[in-house]
Amino acid sequence: MSTEARDTAPTETPEDRYLAMQRSPEFAQLRKALRGFVFPMTVAFFVWYALYVILSAYARDFMSIRIGDSHINVALIFGLLQFVTTFLIAWLYSRYANRKVDPLADKIHEELGEVPSAEHGPRG
Amino acid sequence: MPNTVLAAEATSSTARTLTIILFLVFVAITLAITVWASRQTKTATDFYAGGRSFSGFQNGMAIGGDYMSAASFLGIAGIIALNGYDGFLYSIGFLVAWLVALLLVAELLRNSGRYTMADVLAFRMRQKPVRTAAAVSTITVSIFYLLAQMVGAGALVALLLGIKPGTTFMGMDANAAKIATIVLVGALMIIYVTIGGMKGTTYVQIVKAFLLMTGALVMTILVLSVFKFNLSSLLGDAAQSSGKGEAFLEPGLRYGVEVANDATQTFYNKMDLLSLGIALVLGTAGLPHILIRFYTVPTARAARKSVLWAIGIIGTFYLFTLALGFGAAALVGSQAITAQDKAGNTAAPQLAQELGRRFLGGETGGATLLAIIAAVAFATILAVVAGLTLASSSSLAHDFYANVVKDGQASERQEVNVARISALVIGAISILLSIFAQNLNVAFLVALAFAVAASGNLPAILYSLFWKRFNTSGATWAIYGGLISAVVLVFFSPVVSGTATSMFAKSDWQWFPLSNPGLISIPFGFFCGWLGTIISKERDDAKYAELEVRSLTGSGAH
Repeated sequence: MSTEARDTAPTETPEDRYLAMQRSPEFAQLRKALRGFVFPMTVAFFVWYALYVILSAYARDFMSIRIGDSHINVALIFGLLQFVTTFLIAWLYSRYANRKVDPLADKIHEELGEVPSAEHGPRG
Repeated sequence: MPNTVLAAEATSSTARTLTIILFLVFVAITLAITVWASRQTKTATDFYAGGRSFSGFQNGMAIGGDYMSAASFLGIAGIIALNGYDGFLYSIGFLVAWLVALLLVAELLRNSGRYTMADVLAFRMRQKPVRTAAAVSTITVSIFYLLAQMVGAGALVALLLGIKPGTTFMGMDANAAKIATIVLVGALMIIYVTIGGMKGTTYVQIVKAFLLMTGALVMTILVLSVFKFNLSSLLGDAAQSSGKGEAFLEPGLRYGVEVANDATQTFYNKMDLLSLGIALVLGTAGLPHILIRFYTVPTARAARKSVLWAIGIIGTFYLFTLALGFGAAALVGSQAITAQDKAGNTAAPQLAQELGRRFLGGETGGATLLAIIAAVAFATILAVVAGLTLASSSSLAHDFYANVVKDGQASERQEVNVARISALVIGAISILLSIFAQNLNVAFLVALAFAVAASGNLPAILYSLFWKRFNTSGATWAIYGGLISAVVLVFFSPVVSGTATSMFAKSDWQWFPLSNPGLISIPFGFFCGWLGTIISKERDDAKYAELEVRSLTGSGAH
């Protein structure tokens, strides 16, 4: 982990390199790729889940509508849909991260090489 | 009549013997794994993180084993069996919660931390205050959770072994059997953790997840086959035999209950439902024993894969609990369930007995399936308490001893020794507290652990990872603010005093109307984190740059 960094100027500290990388356009692109997916998706699933909980509390008539003459009602369908969306979002994220995020992260990681931690031997 | 009583006695004695044999087999196998794992455990990374050698699938199974506690297996099936639809709310909250871990926490934590939750929180902060706060919160959450599991184990064993008040088993009455179980469970978890470390604990959890999934799958298939795989007729029968009709299949029998002519209580009940919902979904990603599991894989991508597997496994399991709960309602009936246990915790084992009678034939068949499921339930408890003990002793050793007491100067060897001693001490304290609390209603402690995790840990983690300005003061304010507000509100809530079902039913100091504090304490925790940050001038852009680059790219990851 304390492997010397590759061809960098000897005066450049790890701190400088992380700061420079963080301010680089390619890192901005990586950050945007990740946040552009996870933030809206988090809001979406949270609102969708909150809607379910709120309907369970306040829309009992709606939730108790039965589907046809079966014992399956809207509440059950709504609950099962939460499972479906959870599986779906997990799958979408995995696909997105593999295609859009990982290549960017790998490129930067490679460029940085192994940087020793900016402080004394990292305890954490 | 005497004949049926005799038959029942014989059943319980066959089931009892078989349960004990199966349980001993599980214990023997896991102890063998533990001893094997101890030979592979040499460094601190081995002890805390299983050498980061697990695959995404293995860790996904282990996460399932760590997460699906007796509270989810027996508790949710029981709530559904007695209260119908409302038990499903728990399943959904517990599952959707994994999206927070997947999208916001798992990979970034894996990239930037090493052994504990505090590694990430203290990354760019002053070590001592932040690590102290994180250790306090980790140990508090873990002990709450441990108590709920251990007291539950004690009550469960008396029920499953059929030791009724006034009768004895191997010379023990019900109370002595409870204490013996608590001590046994405690001793086993101490052994798994001190000897096997993370490697041993992980394998125990993998074996348990496999057993639990298999057991639940078999029971689900049997239940559905009784109803010719027609979900609607299962639900219809459950509703009918519950005596509550279609209301049994709708929300509102247990949570958010509408009290006639009492608008205030109705309002509080509905707020309580929202509060529970939000604590369930935000708590998971702040549970220390779950977070440390992400360190057991080699890369952030493996951490992602393990969460994907975990979502698949846990989601499938909660779908099974739906069939188990409604199946118990339809085939066992609420009267027979409440006769065994008022809280419904024996619904799943009783269902197993009923299914065994139908499919394996007669009382022996019933006894066999009952014994298998009872043994699975014990395995479930053991795997979860081991994970909790490991999380709290890791934090005590790595965060408090090595980085606060020893200023980061402890050797690996010293640190691991302290972790082992901590596991012993925390285990012993949990045993004593559980014995003291064994006759109290402590089921609420699981929900409280989730509430503390969501109110204190989650804000600190999210601010740490995503907010440049966040600092030491903000981190300690968030953790203590969330922790203290959640605990204080619960202390003054109806679950602790003031009602017939309270922990202290005979006393009354209750003034906070909700059973779950999340609705207030979670926003309060986030607010404290923000306020603590802006009133302090500390700001370290360079360290944030390092954290952000490392967490997103895996550069410099351990």
